[in-house]
Amino acid sequence: MDTFVQQIINGLTLGSIYALVALGYTMVYGILGLINFAHGEVVMIGALTALAVIKPLAGAGLPWPLAVLAGVAAAIAACMALGFVIERVAYRPLRNAPRLAPLITAIGVSMVLQQLAMIIWGRNYHSFPQLLPATPRAIGGAQITDLQIMIVAVAILMMAGLALLVNRTRLGRAMRATAENPQIAGLMGVDANHIVSLTFVIGSALAAVAGVMVSANYGIAHYNMGFILGLKAFTAAVLGGIGNLTGAMLGGILLGLIEALGAGYIGDLTGGFLGSDYQDVFAFFVLIVVLIFRPSGLMGEKVSERA
Amino acid sequence: MSALLEAIGIGKRFGGVEALKDVSLSIAQGEIYGLIGPNGAGKTTFFNVLTGLYAADSGHFSFAGKPLDVSAPHLVAAAGIARTFQNIRLFANMSALENVMVGRHLRTRAGVIGAVLRNEATRREEAAIERRALELLHYVGIGSRGNDLARHLSYGDQRRLEIARALATEPRLLALDEPAAGMNGTETGALRQLIGGLRDDGLTVLLIEHDVKLVMGLCDRVAVLDYGEKIIEDVPARVRRDPKVIEAYLGGAIA
Repeated sequence: MDTFVQQIINGLTLGSIYALVALGYTMVYGILGLINFAHGEVVMIGALTALAVIKPLAGAGLPWPLAVLAGVAAAIAACMALGFVIERVAYRPLRNAPRLAPLITAIGVSMVLQQLAMIIWGRNYHSFPQLLPATPRAIGGAQITDLQIMIVAVAILMMAGLALLVNRTRLGRAMRATAENPQIAGLMGVDANHIVSLTFVIGSALAAVAGVMVSANYGIAHYNMGFILGLKAFTAAVLGGIGNLTGAMLGGILLGLIEALGAGYIGDLTGGFLGSDYQDVFAFFVLIVVLIFRPSGLMGEKVSERA
Repeated sequence: MSALLEAIGIGKRFGGVEALKDVSLSIAQGEIYGLIGPNGAGKTTFFNVLTGLYAADSGHFSFAGKPLDVSAPHLVAAAGIARTFQNIRLFANMSALENVMVGRHLRTRAGVIGAVLRNEATRREEAAIERRALELLHYVGIGSRGNDLARHLSYGDQRRLEIARALATEPRLLALDEPAAGMNGTETGALRQLIGGLRDDGLTVLLIEHDVKLVMGLCDRVAVLDYGEKIIEDVPARVRRDPKVIEAYLGGAIA
């Protein structure tokens, strides 16, 4: 029972992070029909940028909370700019190209960003400082840290903010209209290019926060961290139904729970044959199962309408 | 009456097919101008070029005395031209009210900062958008359907909704592509009243329509396209009797 509660807590933490990243995939897919495989790298840049700002600021004697806030703000700003530039340079020129072209370009962008990060930050694993005191609180026989509470709370806040933006504002309506039909939205005066840029910038801001969260959670950051994380978040988006915002949130949380519970119990289930280091297997097992049995995902029904 | 829209020498090819050949026409402020012709004559292509959905191969437009930039749909909308579609193109998964609210995008401002801060001005604008959208739904006669998803509306109501959404952009020229297609007699009668009312309210209307009775009864002037060429432009009574028009519709004499 303790393991169960503990893994639920871990799963919710992990799932919140996946959900934030999955939103970036699903928003871009909803508007452009493009899988932005470079999105995981944006998460990585967010984490490393935050690290690069927090360490020297804290070292210079700035109070810890201020240094952390400055680091997060810098990560958000850097990722927003990066997302904007990626779309302008890599995807916009291919807007009307066959679908394979932007997909391959996305993989290319992903590699370029990884190599760039390796040149700037090196190949080493950097230890990421503890953002909040690590003293755990007891809850139902399990433990939860302030950081975990913070991660879930911030993720919920950001998702609520996004939902509000998309469903209740002029820009959100323009985004949904563009996702349904960019040309008709254009006839309503919506500049599709503006909306696409905005989508990349918002998705990247969420990715930046997710990057800080994941590094804080595991205590490390490195140039290659975005790859697997990106794939998992993509899996979460597919699980929820790619193109569907609620689906991405749900898919992220679900995937986090599946992974955490899987990792917690795999040893027992296989008689100790497989250990929790097989955690990553679950995400991709889920991806395969979803693609076989419900390719449109849990909440996605609109795939056929797009054709 | 001065010309609101002038098309000068518009040409458009699709591969070997000349969909529009040197089409020039001039629509006066405040009139209902009919564009008719057999299937495939190029009517909808003309609409698509005018509203920035297709790039013309030749020719240019001027609107309200100024050159009209048709390189992107949102520029055409900003200039004051709105349209509807022969095959209805609503935002199917948004509510009727939201469809019209999207139409207000052009004439409203709130951006990212407003969306984040939700300040007084933003909230006031949002309320005004909703109020105006609701007015327009009432104007076209579907005021009670605002919360229904667009795809759940009946066919006739979807056509009305498309007109309301187009009106939300505050156009000076409204281009209607076969608004009566698929409508029954009652619905067509109501549509005729609606379009007549729009003109009385000062709007200029460009109408593509197959329903000859509707066109002849409603339009001030009519142009006929055949194989991408304008063969006549005149008042309905004379167009109806013109031998070229009769030949275009009924085919040439049997050889």
